[in-house]
Amino acid sequence: MIPAAFAYHRPGDLPAALALLQQYGDEARVIAGGHSLIPMMKLRMAEVPHLIDLQAIESLRGIRIEGRQITLGAMVTQQDLIAHQGLGQSAPILREAAIQIADPQVRAMGTVGGNVANGDPGNDMPGLMQCLGAIFHVTGPEGPRTLPARGFYESAYMTARAESEILTAVSFEVPTGGQAYEKQKRKIGDYATAAAAVIVRREGTTCTAASIAMTNLSDVPVWSEAAGAALVGTPCDDAATRNAIAAMLADIDPAGDNRGPVEFKRHTAGIILARAIARAWSRA
Amino acid sequence: MNDLTPDRDERTAKLKGIGCARKRVEDARFTQGKGNYVDDLKLPGMLFGDFVRSPYAHARVTAIDTSAAMALDGVVAVLTAADLAPLGLHWMPTLAGDKQMVLADGKVLFQGQEVAFVVAHDRYVAADAVELVEVEYEELPVLTDPFKAMQSDVVLREDLTPGADGAHGPRRHPNHIFLWEAGDKAATEQVIASADVVAEEMIHYHRTHPCPLETCGCVASMDKVNGKLTVWGTFQAPHAVRTVASLISGIEEHNIRIISPDIGGGFGNKVGVYPGYVCSIVASIVTGAPVKWVEDRMENLMATAFARDYWMKGRISATRDGKITGLWCHVTADHGAFDACADPTKFPAGFFHICTGSYDIPVAYVGVDGVYTNKAPGGVAYRCSFRVTEAAYFIERMIEILAIELNMDAADLRRINFIRADQFPYPSALGWEYDSGDYHTAWDKALKAVDYAGLRAEQATRLAAFKRGETRKLIGIGLTHFTEIVGAGPVKNCDILGLGMFDSCEIRIHPTGSAIARLGTISQGQGHATTFAQILASEIGIPADKITIEEGDTDTAPYGLGTYGSRSTPVAGAATAMAGRKIRAKAQMIAAYLLEVHDDDVEFDIDRFAVKGAPERFKTMAEIAFAAYHQAIPGIEPGLEAVSYYDPPNMTYPFGAYICVMEIDVDTGETQIRQFYALDDCGTRINPMVIEGQVHGGLTEAYAIAMGQEIAYDEMGNMKTATLMDFFLPTAWETPHYTTDWTETPSPHHPIGAKGVGESPNVGGVPAFSNAVHDALRPFGLRHTHMPHDHWRIWKAAHELGLHG
Repeated sequence: MIPAAFAYHRPGDLPAALALLQQYGDEARVIAGGHSLIPMMKLRMAEVPHLIDLQAIESLRGIRIEGRQITLGAMVTQQDLIAHQGLGQSAPILREAAIQIADPQVRAMGTVGGNVANGDPGNDMPGLMQCLGAIFHVTGPEGPRTLPARGFYESAYMTARAESEILTAVSFEVPTGGQAYEKQKRKIGDYATAAAAVIVRREGTTCTAASIAMTNLSDVPVWSEAAGAALVGTPCDDAATRNAIAAMLADIDPAGDNRGPVEFKRHTAGIILARAIARAWSRA
Repeated sequence: MNDLTPDRDERTAKLKGIGCARKRVEDARFTQGKGNYVDDLKLPGMLFGDFVRSPYAHARVTAIDTSAAMALDGVVAVLTAADLAPLGLHWMPTLAGDKQMVLADGKVLFQGQEVAFVVAHDRYVAADAVELVEVEYEELPVLTDPFKAMQSDVVLREDLTPGADGAHGPRRHPNHIFLWEAGDKAATEQVIASADVVAEEMIHYHRTHPCPLETCGCVASMDKVNGKLTVWGTFQAPHAVRTVASLISGIEEHNIRIISPDIGGGFGNKVGVYPGYVCSIVASIVTGAPVKWVEDRMENLMATAFARDYWMKGRISATRDGKITGLWCHVTADHGAFDACADPTKFPAGFFHICTGSYDIPVAYVGVDGVYTNKAPGGVAYRCSFRVTEAAYFIERMIEILAIELNMDAADLRRINFIRADQFPYPSALGWEYDSGDYHTAWDKALKAVDYAGLRAEQATRLAAFKRGETRKLIGIGLTHFTEIVGAGPVKNCDILGLGMFDSCEIRIHPTGSAIARLGTISQGQGHATTFAQILASEIGIPADKITIEEGDTDTAPYGLGTYGSRSTPVAGAATAMAGRKIRAKAQMIAAYLLEVHDDDVEFDIDRFAVKGAPERFKTMAEIAFAAYHQAIPGIEPGLEAVSYYDPPNMTYPFGAYICVMEIDVDTGETQIRQFYALDDCGTRINPMVIEGQVHGGLTEAYAIAMGQEIAYDEMGNMKTATLMDFFLPTAWETPHYTTDWTETPSPHHPIGAKGVGESPNVGGVPAFSNAVHDALRPFGLRHTHMPHDHWRIWKAAHELGLHG
C-alpha cells in the first residue's frame, strides 16, 4: 500500500491545471477527492508521475440553482450535496443518493466531478446523472464543450472526456415528479450490489414521464429508456412495474463478483427497481 | 491514630476490587492517540523491510534476480532463501510441529507467500525495490479443495519424506498432515446404527481471519557491541517468542529481549511466528542496524494466520422423545500450505473434542484429518480457545437439525439434554472434566428474558402473513447454549513446543503502599491493567488505582505463555491471586509483630489486618508496607514481594445462552438483527463493564463471521477477499444492539472462581446468528446452508426453497 513516487501539483486556477495536463500528457492525472485514484496508486495499479490536485481551484466549487437550472461544480463534495438546503428541496434524489455513498469521512472528500468522471461502474453519481438527463461540462485545450451524461460512458473507466480535458461542472434541469434512489449494498463503504434511480411524473393516476437508471449492473451505468417508457401511460401498478423490470433486465449486463453471481444480481436489480418505482410514485 | 471510619462498605468501594465496574485505565492513552504501538517506534538509523510475494498459489521458483533492486539508491540488502540457507533459517519450525519456508525455497505454495525480503533506508524505497526484484515462476497445478487434495497426485510438500510420520503420527497421503481421534468410535457407530432417530449433515465453518486493526510487525535491533538482540513486536506470547528465537538462532536466551508494546488487537493472529520476524532479525544481524517490518492490510489478510476452515461431517442420534444417545464427527481440516496452527502440542485439532457442548451425551467420537492445500497457513484460534468455535458451531447446528428430525422445538430439545447442575464436575464422553455449570437456570432465564413463547407466536403470525403474500420478510429465532473450554492449561497435558502452559505474576509492594505487578501475559485490548489490579486489590487490600500492571517485556516480566484462548484470567489471573496471597501471608506476620500479638490473632479485613475480636486495633496495608521496608522485624527479611507460577489443575468451562431475533428479506437476502440477548456465565465477575465490552466485541466479530466475513479463493488459488471492501469488518452502522445478562457459577478450582469471558461471545454468537437464519427458513424445509450468510447466499437458500415463485 505504498505508492510509487509522484510529483504533486496544486494549480490555483483552471488554465493552470489545463496547462499542467498539457505539459505532462499521459504522465498526469487530475485528482479531486482522491477516493478512487489514491487507492489505485497505493495498490500500484495506477502509476501517476504527475498528480494535479484541483482542490485550490475555487471556480470548480459551488452549487448554483438558477431558475430551473441546477449546476454543480466538479469539486462539490457528497457532503455538500447532503447539506445544501435548496438542493434538498429542488432535487431531493441527490441527497438520497449521496447519503448512501460510503461513510461521512469519504463523503467529506469525495466529489461529484470525480465520481462522474472516473467512469467506475460502481459509482452512484453516473447513473443518477443519466436519470436526471444531466449535461457534463468539460474544458480542454480547445476550450469548453458539453457532453450528455447518457452518452458519456463507453466502458469501465472509459468515457467521452478526452485525456486533455477536465470535467468542470455538471448541470441539469430541476427534476419534476417523484424521485427515489434505492441501493442494496453489503455494508457501509461498499459499492452497490444493485442500485436504481427513478423519477416519475404523475398526472392524476397516470404516469406521464419516467426516467430510470441502474448502477453497478454493467460496465457502465445503464439508463434504460425502455424501462421508463414501460411506465408511461400506466398507473405504475404491478403490471407496469413488471414490464419496466423486464425492459431494464434486457439492458443490464451484470458480472458475477464477491457480491454474488449474475443470477442473483439480476433478481436483486428487479427487486430494487420495483422498490424505487414504488417509492418514487408515492412521492409523485 | 487509627480510627474506625470509614466503614467496611466504604473501604471496600475504595479498593475498586473484584466486582467493581472500574473504568479502564488504558483508555486514557488509547482514546487520546497516545498508545505506543510497534509502528510508532523510531530508532536512529532504522531500516525498513518489505516482502516480494508470490502472485501464484503453486509454482516453482526457477530464478530470482535481485540486481535491479540492489542497484536502487537506498537499498541495503535483498534477502532470498539462498542467503538464509547457510544460517539454516530459510525454513523455520511452526508451533504445530511442522516447518514453514521463511523465504521461497525452490517453490511457492500459496498466493502471497514470502519470496524475498528487501531492506532499505526508507519505507518507500523498500516498496519501490520490491517491484524491481525479478522472479521467474513455473506454474504448477493448484489444490484449493482439501477433499480433492487428499485424492490428488499433485504433491504440495515435496520437502516431506513420503510415507514418513508427521509430528502427529502417520500420514496416509502426501497431502495429509495427521489424523487425530478422540472417543470411542466403535461404540458410537453402534449406538447411531441402532438409534431411533439420526440426523446427519456436513457443516462447513468457513475460512476467515482475525484481522486485528493493527497488523503484524516488529522492529529487530541487534546490538553488536553487547551481543544483545531486542525485538519489539506484535506478540501475543513474548516469552515463547524469546525461547523459540533462541532455539532457532542459537543466540543465548539472556541475550534476547522481546518487548510487546501496546497491541491493537490480536484475536489469535499474533500468536504465531512469521517470516517477517525472522527476516527482520537476520537483516538486523547482517546490517547492524535496527530493521522495521510492518505488514499492510492486504498482506495481513493474505499471508498471516487465518482461522477455521473445518468441514465437519456429523451424525447425532436420539430417542424418539429427544434424548441424545450419541455423537459422531469427522472433520476435514484445511490447514493450508504449512501446518502452522497454534495449538497445544498434544492437541493438533485443539480442543475440538469439546464438541459434545452443553449436553449429556453418553458416547461420542471425533476424528480430524489435517490436510495441506495451496492456501495461506494458519488455523489459529480467532477469539476463541483452540478450535472451540468450530466445536460449538458444530454441536449447535446439529442440535437444530436433530430438532427438525424430531419435529421438536430446539429450546426444549436443549433443555432435555443439558448436563444437570448436580452432574458437575462432569466427565464428558470425549475426555474432558467440566468444572462447574448450571445450564438449566441460565437457559430458563434467557428464554424468559426474551419472552420466547411470545417470539414464537409472533414468528408464526409473520409466517402466516408471508404465506398470504402480505410480506416478504420472515423472522428467525436463533438459539444457542454453548460451553467453552478455556484457560490452557495444565502443564501435564498442555504445552506449546514443549513450553508448559502455566502463567505467572510477580508483585512488588512499594514502601508507601502502592504496588507494581508484572505478568507473563500481554494485553491486546483486554484491559489487563484494569482487571488484574482489581484482583490484587481484593487480595491484598491496596486500592486498584495504586497498582501498576506491567506486561510484555521479557527482561522484566516473569515467564508465561501469553494471552490467547481466554487463558489470561484463568491462568495468570490465578497466579495474581496466589502471589497476592503470599504477600498477604507475610503482611500478616508483620501486622502481628506491629500489633504485638501472635500471627494467628490477626485477621485480614479488606484493607488491613486487625486483631481478632478487637477491630479497633489494626494496621493498614500501607502501614504494613512501610514497616516491611523501614523497620527491623525479627525473623522476617525486609521487603514485600512475591511471585507465583500457577499451573492450573483443570481448564475452566464458561458457558452462556444467546438468543438472536433476525428479520430476513427473502427477495434480497438482506437481514436485520432485531434483538440479541446474551447471557454469559464466566464464573466470578471481576469487572462487569469490561465483561460487557468483551461481550459486545466478541458478538460483533461473531456477527461478522456468520453474516459475511470470509477468506475466499478462486480455483487458481487467487485470494478474492484481500481488502476491507470484500472482507467484512462491521462498522458502528452494521453492528447490532446487544442486551447482556449473566449468571454466576464460580469455577471450583480457580482461586477466585473466574473462568474468562473474552471469547465466549464469539464462540456462542456465531451459531446464534446462523441458527436465526436457518430458523427463519425452517418452515420451508431448510436443514442446513453454509456460512457466511451474506445477501446472495441467503437469497440462494430462499431461491432453492422455491420462495421466489
